[in-house]
Amino acid sequence: MMRTQLALAYAGNPGYLPPHHYDQIFSAHGTIMIFFLAMAFMTGLFNFIVPLQIGARDVAFPFLNNLSFWMTAAAFILVNVSLFIGEFSQCGWLAYPPLSETQFSPGVGVDYYIWAIQISGVGTLLTGVNFFVTIVKMRAPGMSWMKVPVFTWTAFCSSILIMVSFPVLTVAVALLGLDRYFGMHFFTNDGGGNQMMYLNLIWAWGHPEVYILVIPAFGVFSEVVPAFSGKPLFGYNTMVYATCSIMVLSFLVWAHHFFTMGAGPDVNAFFGIATMIISIPTGVKLFNWLFTMYKGRIRFHACMYWAVGFMVTFTIGGMTGVMMAIPGSDFVLHNSLFLIAHFHNVIIGGVYFGYICGMNFWAPKVLGFKLNEAWSKRAFWFWLVGFYFAFMPLYVLGFEGMTRRMNHYDNPAWYPWMLVAEVGAVLILLGIVCQLVQLYVSIRDCNLPENRDVSGDPWNGRTLEWSTSSPPPVYNFAIVPHVHSIDAFMHDKENGIDTRQAGAQYEAIHMPKNTVAGIAAGLFALIFGFAAVWYIWWLAVVGLVGVIATVIARSANKDVDFYIPAEEVARIENEHTRKLMAQAAE
Amino acid sequence: MKNKLLARLARLGGLSSALLLAGCELDVLDPKGPVGEGVKSLITTSVIAMLIVVVPTIILSLVFAWHYRQSNTSAEYLPKWSHSNKIEVIIWGVPSLIILFLAVITYQTCHSLDPYKPLEAEANTKPLHVQVVALDWKWLFIYPEQGIATVNQLAMPVNTPVDFDITSDSVMNSFFIPRLGSMIYAMAGMQTQLHLMASEPGDFAGESANYSGRGFSDMRFHALAMGNDEFNAWVEKVRSSSEELDGQTYPKLAAPSEANPVEYFAHVEPGMFNTIVAKYNNGMIMDKSTGKMIQVQQSAMSDMNMKE
Repeated sequence: MMRTQLALAYAGNPGYLPPHHYDQIFSAHGTIMIFFLAMAFMTGLFNFIVPLQIGARDVAFPFLNNLSFWMTAAAFILVNVSLFIGEFSQCGWLAYPPLSETQFSPGVGVDYYIWAIQISGVGTLLTGVNFFVTIVKMRAPGMSWMKVPVFTWTAFCSSILIMVSFPVLTVAVALLGLDRYFGMHFFTNDGGGNQMMYLNLIWAWGHPEVYILVIPAFGVFSEVVPAFSGKPLFGYNTMVYATCSIMVLSFLVWAHHFFTMGAGPDVNAFFGIATMIISIPTGVKLFNWLFTMYKGRIRFHACMYWAVGFMVTFTIGGMTGVMMAIPGSDFVLHNSLFLIAHFHNVIIGGVYFGYICGMNFWAPKVLGFKLNEAWSKRAFWFWLVGFYFAFMPLYVLGFEGMTRRMNHYDNPAWYPWMLVAEVGAVLILLGIVCQLVQLYVSIRDCNLPENRDVSGDPWNGRTLEWSTSSPPPVYNFAIVPHVHSIDAFMHDKENGIDTRQAGAQYEAIHMPKNTVAGIAAGLFALIFGFAAVWYIWWLAVVGLVGVIATVIARSANKDVDFYIPAEEVARIENEHTRKLMAQAAE
Repeated sequence: MKNKLLARLARLGGLSSALLLAGCELDVLDPKGPVGEGVKSLITTSVIAMLIVVVPTIILSLVFAWHYRQSNTSAEYLPKWSHSNKIEVIIWGVPSLIILFLAVITYQTCHSLDPYKPLEAEANTKPLHVQVVALDWKWLFIYPEQGIATVNQLAMPVNTPVDFDITSDSVMNSFFIPRLGSMIYAMAGMQTQLHLMASEPGDFAGESANYSGRGFSDMRFHALAMGNDEFNAWVEKVRSSSEELDGQTYPKLAAPSEANPVEYFAHVEPGMFNTIVAKYNNGMIMDKSTGKMIQVQQSAMSDMNMKE
């Protein structure tokens, strides 16, 4: 949609969107994509896979999980409400002041932005805490740190990044809110305000944020590539160290988003070099996947398409990233379409490919049936080719000095490239259509015998999640497994150990009850956010009190759990064993 | 056999990128001044250094993926192999060396291309001093030595360093002339500096590179580089305008407008730039040489209100 506008808006032709709308659209696109699409997808993967991978029955704080989901949902609804009632922010996805201050943006758009971010920020923060504790405390016996599956490692690093960086976002946006609601002067032009502070704060969160997104994608590839290459991951230790060093370094680079602010050469050099250093562990990861394929026996499942597409695309994105990390180069590339091309290169080539790959990989585990492969491959080709058509021209346009967020232009040299980019956008659209078709076909055919996943281990997987039935029983593991090696399940398979210990003496399993408290809190948060946007203070108070009261009431409630009786566990487990036997007999 | 293939692929890659570069005008890579030249060689060097790793990585991803496919049963299969110290040393070492090299040139260029560093020019050329104010949504250029001001048009003599002092009387913008090199932010109440020089005459596009609201797309200007005589003639042309810029006319200019035409002001009140900066700082500005805050001298403009 955005590229269509720019392909049309040439030489005096205003295009089909008024500038006012274009500004809202690019702000909403950025905000929705990053905060809601990518983050929600990532949290979903964490929820399904992490407890299974570490041999745990559930996350550490089930209610917290429930609450964070509904908070995120409330924020997402709030953003979408803004598209119909009122307007969305026109200040870009990070709402730089002073443009986002009341003096320059009097409408409710920025208020929607602020409250949506705050509410979803609470949700994300709770998720981070939850998975941190889950991974620290609830690993299966025998799973020492250096036996933790790589995806769980990446979830762990992401959780730490969330816990450290999201409070910064909350503070930055809250200060902006104080400016707007109470006339304070944190980031205003006058009254001692300083907009540079906001830039520092928002990027002290914003840069770790992109790593929060991309590190789990690395985790996905670290599971997929070994599984389909029929080999252990090359250099497991290196992979873990690389992940951790990326986590630490991502906090030392935020200033590379504004080399052009006029900081001294030493400051710029420090942040530039720190940024480049990140490319070393990232490069090492790429080589690790490369050498995992080396001397393997690769099954070209759709997942592998996405993985190899990622490796090629992400390498290019990494290179352009380092180009911009050099302050001298950044002085001409900053805020240009080159930048846009770079981050779509890593977000699409890294994060998106990674999550889609993960979706195809783990779908049988979660749903009990495999997704259609042919449509996934079609989607992949459209996405891959479309990506190159859509974003390579933007690299060129960046070199031609075209800056981002323009809604029309009159430079004839830019026009043909924009048309090419438009073709790419159409191809990507077709890719999305293919994915929707894939979901439709998969659900339609979910009962075909070749699509059902009876064994629970469709890909000859290496880690514990493949040892359960698909979908796993509510308690995940009837008998908590013992871990002997990095690829715990593979180790058991090779040594003839039954990870499930079928037929053992089952015991009753302690489970949390379902609760409406999470959805209630989310609903109150939504009311609060909406009321605050429109300055309906009594309603905002109702919403806020509602959130707090719900959480307190829930915390005071002692009747939150129940036991699954041992006979029930035995029934479920024996049923699965029977199916396994039947399949083995065929 | 494989090596030959790699070499051919590499040559093909080089050829097609050369074609790509020749086929179109790339403002940033076709600079018309020393700053742009410096940036261009920096970009070229760093890209070449990185291609040392990037090209093999991409090729190996494809080659490995193809060679070790399941249907190729002649390929070696080592289902347990997952560690090699030799490979580990290479995959950590080579990227580290390249980054070390890049770090060194980064440090050097951070200093040599520092936008705050005055440019060297031939002896007896005096730098031209221009003060830039980003407004909603246009650029105001004040020439304090000539006592004139223009909107959305910047003129400069060739081979003469231009010292820019940049501020904003509105939201944050970024001052950028792609053909000449670096950009720098314009922020209210603050002064940033930039030094550029045009080495040949021409009409270069200038723009704001930081989104600033609804008039942003039209916030463009022309940077005209010309010979000394033409520049003097241009100054006279501006001086012959009937408009003047002072405390009375400034608020009208500063009011938001979109796609503003070029305007000339024959006379500009002295100290105007400092007043614009100082009105956000209780009448103070930062002294460039000492870094201390000093009171701006009283002028007719000091009682000028914030716009509106």
